[in-house]
Amino acid sequence: MRARDLKREGTMTQPRRETLPLKTSNDVVFARQKVRQWAIELHFGLVDQTKLVTAASELARNALDHGKGGQMVIEQVTNGARAGLKLIFEDQGPGIPNIEMALKDGYSTGTGMGLGLGGSKRLVNEFSVESTPGKGTRVTVVRWK
Amino acid sequence: MSDLSEIISRNEDAIRAEWIRDMSMSVQRTDLISKTELDEQCRALLTAIVAGAKSSEVADVSSAAWKVAREILQEISASRARQGFSPREVATFVLSLKQPLFTAIRKDLAKSQEKVFEAVWSATELLESLALFTTEVYTVTREELISRQQQELLELSTPVVKLWDGILALPIIGTLDSARTQVVMENLLQTVVATNSKYAIIDITGVPTVDTLVAQHLLKTITAARLMGAECIISGVRPQIAQTIVHLGINLEDVITKAKLSDAFALALDKSGRMVTRKSGAAGAATNAMLPGPINKREG
Amino acid sequence: MERIPVLRMGSLLLITIQVDMHDKLAMQLQDDVTQRISDWGSTGVLIDISSLEIVDSFIGRMLANIAGMSRVLGAETVVVGMQPAVAITLVELGMSLPGVRTALSVEAGMELLYGAGAGFKTGRDDDPAEA
Repeated sequence: MRARDLKREGTMTQPRRETLPLKTSNDVVFARQKVRQWAIELHFGLVDQTKLVTAASELARNALDHGKGGQMVIEQVTNGARAGLKLIFEDQGPGIPNIEMALKDGYSTGTGMGLGLGGSKRLVNEFSVESTPGKGTRVTVVRWK
Repeated sequence: MSDLSEIISRNEDAIRAEWIRDMSMSVQRTDLISKTELDEQCRALLTAIVAGAKSSEVADVSSAAWKVAREILQEISASRARQGFSPREVATFVLSLKQPLFTAIRKDLAKSQEKVFEAVWSATELLESLALFTTEVYTVTREELISRQQQELLELSTPVVKLWDGILALPIIGTLDSARTQVVMENLLQTVVATNSKYAIIDITGVPTVDTLVAQHLLKTITAARLMGAECIISGVRPQIAQTIVHLGINLEDVITKAKLSDAFALALDKSGRMVTRKSGAAGAATNAMLPGPINKREG
Repeated sequence: MERIPVLRMGSLLLITIQVDMHDKLAMQLQDDVTQRISDWGSTGVLIDISSLEIVDSFIGRMLANIAGMSRVLGAETVVVGMQPAVAITLVELGMSLPGVRTALSVEAGMELLYGAGAGFKTGRDDDPAEA
């Protein structure tokens, strides 16, 4: 069931990417561990690793709890000589009606303190949210080494 | 433009030989790169250029057809940037391919002046795009190198000192920006764990200005330490800093601040259940009695 | 279902979290702690997170909840051993866990709960001294 698109001996020409489902709370744990694995392979520093994995945990959980389940895509990216990791969280849930509000700390439509989105933004270098109420949400983040 | 790719294929060895020969000694830098390595790089690049020139997207160097060429140039440029080649040397590496190419074009298309002109023009545009790309990569790599060196400098300039068992001091000298705060935090917190120190004195005597941002950075460090179970005391608060803090309305309610490092140290000692006492009178007298000369003789 | 073990040492509850918890496990722990405090009349709760490499907002909330609920039931909670990278990340995330007391190690945590020189408490004390 798990799609494993991992090309371990990734050549320079093929971007390495992997897709994981986010259907259960175990999937969130698995997603964390995968991101950690990738970050270690790319030789991210410990604090950078921790920040990225924590952001992944937040966003994966959001996709599961608020987005009614979805998937996470991990992709290795480069910008000139820099290496980085891109994570894309997609769900087909109710969407976020007011993205600006959602990014403010403390805002939440459900239970909990709602720090997931705004907090995660601070843990990564690039952050973008696309959401259509009724259709779904996609959050894309990048952390550079 | 299959003309160009064919011309290069047909004359590959000659072009490459002339290319390397024309590269002045300063571009070759035999001190930094071996002749065989250079030959390999030139060979690989020429092959990639042939492939790109053969494709339909011959003019667009950023297109997929030129991916291999870009990757080769990326590697060449980045490694040269790291090795210390100058930007001119790196760009010249690509541009010096012009002359050998023109020679081959003139030879192969000698019959038609029109064709020669066209081919030369296309080749010029192509090489210039590649050279520009190479220079961009070079710049990015240099910037990365510089920022890494800056990072190392940062780490060196914020030492964490053990004042006593369980008490650390962190004298910060210079401005405290977000990058530096990261380094300072990591360094401090790791030392807290390694030395099992409950108290950390952050001395800001050497920090020229404390504005809202700097205060935020300090607060982040203090909060992180607290989460781990350590307590921070800020010392070295100058009168001007105190005024700024109040004027800006910065909330330091939960933070203990002291004007002097010595006060902070005394406080930390106290909090950790210690005190400093003078040595007893008997010991003092014994020391005095050991002094030769007038002091003893004055007794009488 | 797997659970995080809650150990009893006299009036102290000792919890060592060593696994990457999924949400249900975390909720189960909350329930277990409050149940145990009630069952055994514990006055102190010590949570050792020195093996946790990730503490996200959910786990952070769990820790805050345990501290809050325990206090209502008459027990004090100390969270010990947070790793530096975790602390830095939590702060960046915006969580400062204000109601949660912390210490560098299990020893320091016990000292905080029961006073200096405290080791194993037999549970006969009514008021554990706090340093």
